[in-house]
Amino acid sequence: MNQEIIRSTAAQLAEKLAAKELSAVEVTQAHLDRIAEVDGEVNAFLHVNTQEALAVAGEVDAARAAGEGLHALAGVPIAVKDLIVTVGQPTTAASKILEGWHSPYDATVVKKLRAAKMPILGKTNLDEFAMGSSTEHSAYGPTRNPWDLDRIPGGSGGGSAAAVAAFEAPLALGTDTGGSIRQPASVTGSVGVKPTYGGVSRYGAIAMASSLDQIGPVSRNVLDSALLHEVIGGHDPFDSTSLQESWAGLADAARNGDVKGLKIGIIKELHGEGYQTGVENRFNESLELLKAAGAEIVEVSCPNFQYALGAYYLIMPSEVSSNLAKFDGVRFGLRVLPEEGPMTIERVMAATRAAGFGPEVKRRIILGTYALSAGYYDAYYGSAQKVRTLIQRDFEAAFAQADVLISPTAPTTAFKLGEKLNDPLAMYLNDVATIPANMAGVPGISIPGGLADEDGLPVGIQFLAPARQDKRLYRAAGALETLLEEKWGGPLLAQAPVLGSKALGGAK
Amino acid sequence: MSVDEILDYDSAFEKYEPVLGFEVHVELNTKTKMFSSAPNAFGDDPNTNVNEVDLGLPGVLPVVNKAAVESSIKIGLALNCQIAETCRFARKNYFYPDTPKNFQTSQYDEPIAFDGHLDIELEDGEVFRVEIERAHMEEDAGKLTHMGGAAGRIQGADYSLVDYNRAGVPLVEIVTKPIVGAGKRAPELAKAYVAAVREIVKNLGVSDARMERGNVRCDANVSLKPIGQEKFGTRSETKNVNSLRAVEHAVRFEIQRHAAVLEAGEKVVQETRHWHEDTRTTTSGRPKSDADDYRYFPEPDLVPVVASREWVEELRATLPEPPAERRKRLKAAWAYSDLEFRDVVNAGVMDLIEETVAAGLKPAAARKWWMGEVVGRAKAAEVEPGELGITPAVLVEVAALVDGGKINNKMASQVLDGVLAGEGTPEEIVAARGLAVVSDDGPLLEAIDAALAAQPDVAEKIRGGKVQAIGAIVGGVMKATRGQADAGRVRELILEKLGVEG
Amino acid sequence: MAAITRDDVAHLARLAHLEMSNEELDRMAGELAVIVDSVKSVSEAAGADVPATSHPIPLNNVFREDVVGHVLTVEQALSGAPDAAENRFKVPAILDEE
Ligand SMILES: [Mg+2]
Ligand SMILES: [Zn+2]
Repeated sequence: MNQEIIRSTAAQLAEKLAAKELSAVEVTQAHLDRIAEVDGEVNAFLHVNTQEALAVAGEVDAARAAGEGLHALAGVPIAVKDLIVTVGQPTTAASKILEGWHSPYDATVVKKLRAAKMPILGKTNLDEFAMGSSTEHSAYGPTRNPWDLDRIPGGSGGGSAAAVAAFEAPLALGTDTGGSIRQPASVTGSVGVKPTYGGVSRYGAIAMASSLDQIGPVSRNVLDSALLHEVIGGHDPFDSTSLQESWAGLADAARNGDVKGLKIGIIKELHGEGYQTGVENRFNESLELLKAAGAEIVEVSCPNFQYALGAYYLIMPSEVSSNLAKFDGVRFGLRVLPEEGPMTIERVMAATRAAGFGPEVKRRIILGTYALSAGYYDAYYGSAQKVRTLIQRDFEAAFAQADVLISPTAPTTAFKLGEKLNDPLAMYLNDVATIPANMAGVPGISIPGGLADEDGLPVGIQFLAPARQDKRLYRAAGALETLLEEKWGGPLLAQAPVLGSKALGGAK
Repeated sequence: MSVDEILDYDSAFEKYEPVLGFEVHVELNTKTKMFSSAPNAFGDDPNTNVNEVDLGLPGVLPVVNKAAVESSIKIGLALNCQIAETCRFARKNYFYPDTPKNFQTSQYDEPIAFDGHLDIELEDGEVFRVEIERAHMEEDAGKLTHMGGAAGRIQGADYSLVDYNRAGVPLVEIVTKPIVGAGKRAPELAKAYVAAVREIVKNLGVSDARMERGNVRCDANVSLKPIGQEKFGTRSETKNVNSLRAVEHAVRFEIQRHAAVLEAGEKVVQETRHWHEDTRTTTSGRPKSDADDYRYFPEPDLVPVVASREWVEELRATLPEPPAERRKRLKAAWAYSDLEFRDVVNAGVMDLIEETVAAGLKPAAARKWWMGEVVGRAKAAEVEPGELGITPAVLVEVAALVDGGKINNKMASQVLDGVLAGEGTPEEIVAARGLAVVSDDGPLLEAIDAALAAQPDVAEKIRGGKVQAIGAIVGGVMKATRGQADAGRVRELILEKLGVEG
Repeated sequence: MAAITRDDVAHLARLAHLEMSNEELDRMAGELAVIVDSVKSVSEAAGADVPATSHPIPLNNVFREDVVGHVLTVEQALSGAPDAAENRFKVPAILDEE
């Protein structure tokens, strides 16, 4: 029974809950049991919210029994990236500096989950303050990839991706600043969506780089992401960059996925050299399937994408250096006193930040401080903002030729834990294909594209759409997912190795 | 703390001329803060007017207060500034415990208002034009209280306590261009400039403008240059000079201090200075350093403010008459002398007189009542004349009683005492206190007879044509009637009785 | 290779309020030089005529009406404070004095 529950999609669970074939308490308990069983190995969760999740599930069951109207996803549990603040649970951003901190307010997306009565299973692991591509930069230990526990689950949202890939949660929330939802989805065989910038409120997501950050859905299939996107999307008066758009119709687009007549543009600069052979092979295979299904494949060129990574590593750390200034040991979080010398507030702040932040966070703060400092602004931050304009122009030109764009999500499959930890530049290269979307604010999705021939690990396929055209992503990705699953005879995650102390017997 | 040498004021001007510059921060009186919906209120218990945004908690985002933008545009217009078609907020990055995010959300290269001017009228009527560089929007910081040291000073404190109620209160910072040519009148101009800004924002209704509460705060920049030299000297920036008198004194002190430094052949240090009201001196603060690299960049959590010309004109149409023009108009309309008008303005009763005239009194009478009866009482009670408890309506009523012969001036004063004692309306007080001019001639004639009989020699003098001697008889009658007689009528009756033409 | 010295990093660390040991400063100087080298092409990518983009999706005039909303209780406000007294946040001395 538990196996059937945890392997169900969110949409399937919602149906069974509505039909009273399952209770919300059963569904929630099954996932809590799964967490208890496998999370010792996976370490996807930093906090498990057992009591509150069951209490919310109980409310859903009572409301349903009383015939009250409920949201379609009421009772479907969800995990929340620990970068998003929640009342009643700690929020740490996977940093020592926030260890044990409880927010007195809820993020807007969390309010929306509560309004939909979706039980929150807990808070998922990430690279500290979302800075990284491997979840190894967590102050609370790395999350492991359910496909191979010696490998990274991607990052920064490795916890959310691993949680859904390990069947610990049907849904999760992530945040994507340079690929932190899509790249983990890619390497864990799951689905992740970065909505149009401003499509989902950022209020309550601890800011990394304000002009790039976006909260989005993490799931095991395209429809589930669309359903969650409809819950969390929409205008929020607490976020000045929030769009007025309503996001109804995403799930319908996912259900009715179809690429007949759709113009799909291959971005010349985002595949080929530098991309693992197995990644390239799966990418080409997807193109063939799409073509066979009636899509028109065109090649587009985005020449300025070559500057995207560099511009990103100027803009992001600049905003980071300012956004993370508030972590100073005065109003909340850790305070560390200097070991010697005068006890002034300046020195307490400096000692607190030295002890509370990990090396990658410090690296980015220093880099950003440098990029903004007197005499360097124009050459660095200013130039990077201009590159942003060039990238937007590239996208405009590309979308004049194609309805959606396609690329591999990441250049490689999951690498080994520790492999790139001491080589920041190598780590940064993981995001080369995901960063352009953040720079331009356009939406992107990553779906499983199969397993790489050389290592048997998941490969991700990314679709990109023009700003505000998130629906197109679901339509194209939904179609490709159907084509691929027909080929595989089921979801890719059914092929993942069995986790847990008890033999579970996979679906296959 | 070393005491700085200063040069005698007049000597300072033999070789040098001062260049001034001001940064005036005006706290807006919006209901809520600049970027959060928490209340903007003064004097409440610590940390009760804050939400997560004001504390800079993780995850929060700012949203701009529309009323604060409109107030800022109004200030810009009142300062004869251009209003930017589009402008942005920027982050000014520096660490300080009263600054919750460790950056101040402010404006940098794109202020909402720029290139303005203000004509400042000095006491003797000379008008001096001060050019305004810019007026920009930003947020206030929290309030630090320094504990454990001497008298709340930061120096020697053991620790500090932070109240973030003020954090995020909307500010408009008004920055002048360098002010050259004021010469010896620089301190006077400094005071008059800050007074004018204060008056303008108060008149606009966009700030409570109470300097004692920090609603208007001034940083004064002073430098000296040798007379005739183009290039400006090194400036000092005296922070938080927060009363009009202090502005005048601080500028005066800094001119004298700079002059002494230069005369000694030394260089002025570019630094901030602290103002000390008790000694009327400044002391060295923080020298300008590389820590002043504020790493400004456009605030990524906020979008640009676009002030359409329609919007600006709509706001312009709501502006009240500028205070200086209004003063000119009222002085002419009331036909006061320069001295009378200045006294009225200095006594703070100009608005009250305007209301009183509107309620029906002649301007001369209105001035007489306010200056003669109210100002002195207010001074004794240490309140503003308007806060004493005597309204224009009360004065109109009392003046009518006097003009109608019901009471005399002396009684009118008693009636006002009664009003202040809460005894009711003037009419009620007249009745209750039995204050009425005796108008029945019968009792008066008796009293006159008695007075004439008591002073036969005086009566003789009057009969002989020395009418000015009548005062003694009138005084006797008034005494006998305990002041309730109408002195004019008494005089008439005496002359009648003695058969003398008055 | 961009010339970024240990002193440069020490200055940045001071601005950023990050205490750093000598080894950290040395290591950071090396890493920063590599990163800055790899991003410096950005400064030549765009001509002077290219406008800067600071917001990916252009919006303007997003305002809030001047209406009082929610506040935290003092308890909530101080709930995460490392130190507090008299309903205020308590911080060590600001000036370094004997
Ligand atoms: Mg200033
Ligand atoms: Zn200011």
